[in-house]
Amino acid sequence: MAARREFLASAAALLAAPWTPARAAQGDFDAALRALTFGSPLGDGRVQLRTPRLADNGLSVPLEVRVDSPMTPAEHVLRIALLSDRNPRALIASFGIGPFAGRAMVTTRVRLSGSQRVWALAQLSDGSWWQDSAEVEVTESACLDTP
Amino acid sequence: MPARLLVPERARAGEVVAVRVLIQHPMETGFSHDMAGALIARNVIHTLVARYAGQEIFRAEMGSGIAANPLLQFWTIARASGAITLEWVDDRGVRGSASASIVVEP
Amino acid sequence: MRAGARGIWRWHWLMAGCIAVPFGASVQAEPAERLLPLAAVRPAARFSSADLRALQARDDANPAMLWVAQGQALWRTPAGAGASCAGCHGDAAVSMRGVAARYPALELSTDPAAIAPARLLNLEGRINQCRSRHQGLAPWPAESQPLLGISAYVAMQSRGQPLQVSVDAAIQPYWERGRALYLQRSGQMNLACTHCHDRHWGDKLLGETISQGHGNGYPAYRLEWQGLGSLQRRLRACQSGIRAEMLPFGSPALVELELFLAWRAGTLAVETPAVRR
Repeated sequence: MAARREFLASAAALLAAPWTPARAAQGDFDAALRALTFGSPLGDGRVQLRTPRLADNGLSVPLEVRVDSPMTPAEHVLRIALLSDRNPRALIASFGIGPFAGRAMVTTRVRLSGSQRVWALAQLSDGSWWQDSAEVEVTESACLDTP
Repeated sequence: MPARLLVPERARAGEVVAVRVLIQHPMETGFSHDMAGALIARNVIHTLVARYAGQEIFRAEMGSGIAANPLLQFWTIARASGAITLEWVDDRGVRGSASASIVVEP
Repeated sequence: MRAGARGIWRWHWLMAGCIAVPFGASVQAEPAERLLPLAAVRPAARFSSADLRALQARDDANPAMLWVAQGQALWRTPAGAGASCAGCHGDAAVSMRGVAARYPALELSTDPAAIAPARLLNLEGRINQCRSRHQGLAPWPAESQPLLGISAYVAMQSRGQPLQVSVDAAIQPYWERGRALYLQRSGQMNLACTHCHDRHWGDKLLGETISQGHGNGYPAYRLEWQGLGSLQRRLRACQSGIRAEMLPFGSPALVELELFLAWRAGTLAVETPAVRR
């Protein structure tokens, strides 16, 4: 938690709109974030994460990430990473794309271990990182099933 | 490993097309137990690579946070007629592949 | 005076009703009163999220199609000493069209002097009967990948067709047992199917909307199962949900319940392979 506060304090100076996590992250969120970004500040506004507010089932939640980028050889998205602040393994996936993509957009379905905030990070060709996040409610199935 | 790789049959050169992937795989998390109470070993497709016209156009490094029977959609610029190929490997080393053709009109 | 006049009219309506009802009953052979009126029958889409509906609507996104593809390959695969399914049935899109909509059904007896009552078969049972009688092979176990694939593939050939389960005199006793099971309280929660699915469909249970409990989309891909499963698996899950003992796969009681559910769903279209929570 202290390391998180330190990180935020230094990032705040460089960020236009600083963000604060709603609850303490579980799993290895901090370590996963650091392994990806090496402490780089995370910009706001270019990444758009779309996911339902209430998930049908935590085992399969649809998720779409778009990044505002011209996707030219000079300026494009290199990577899109998905992080969970509550799953036992915070890094859900990392997708590598490039100028051949034409469009910086990835759609998939993820597992979410309980209600939480999901993060989408994007790294651009200039090395900068950008983020968006969304809260997802994941309830237990009303009628518990057997495996 | 049953899989579906879907791309449009035809496209104009320069058009941005969607590539859809659906693979049958349990993406076993390693946190579940079987009926006897034993822990089921983690087994997920950890690396997936798509190639087209001599280029790697998409790479996915996935973990147990991706849902079972992974569904992926990404985009690529239609450049040349030919095959879009997909290859992947899971934690057990089992490999899979799929291929689909696209005809690109100038 | 006015009340008396109304009373006379009420008596007239009563007499009219007494005359009309016997005529009505002879024209329409409904076995019993429907707790869920036909006009109120709604497909699962009415109770599903946009995401689930979208997954089901597109064959290129529906995970169930992975199993259907395997079933399609199996259909053409020669098995054991006998031919493949295609060897006798040809193109499934032609020969299997409308078949799933008529199941469960009584098996046709090969012995005209048979004394034992005919078995009620669901689609999986009929497929396995074909395997043993005509291909000389052991039946596929319940919920095995091949059986799921083939039954999903065959049932999909009836997709869009209205259910057509007929309850005639021969099948009536099975239907009645299915209905009795549907109305039977059981489990720690002491609930019957009707309590949720006839009285409270459309209401919320935690974050979920209770459906009417029709089985017309099965075998279906359930997010909860992370895979494809049969209607019997879903019914057993319901039994588990109310903390009742689950009936074994393939038990006559479960097939009878399937029959009742198919009747109850009226002319809902087959949706196999559906996507459910």
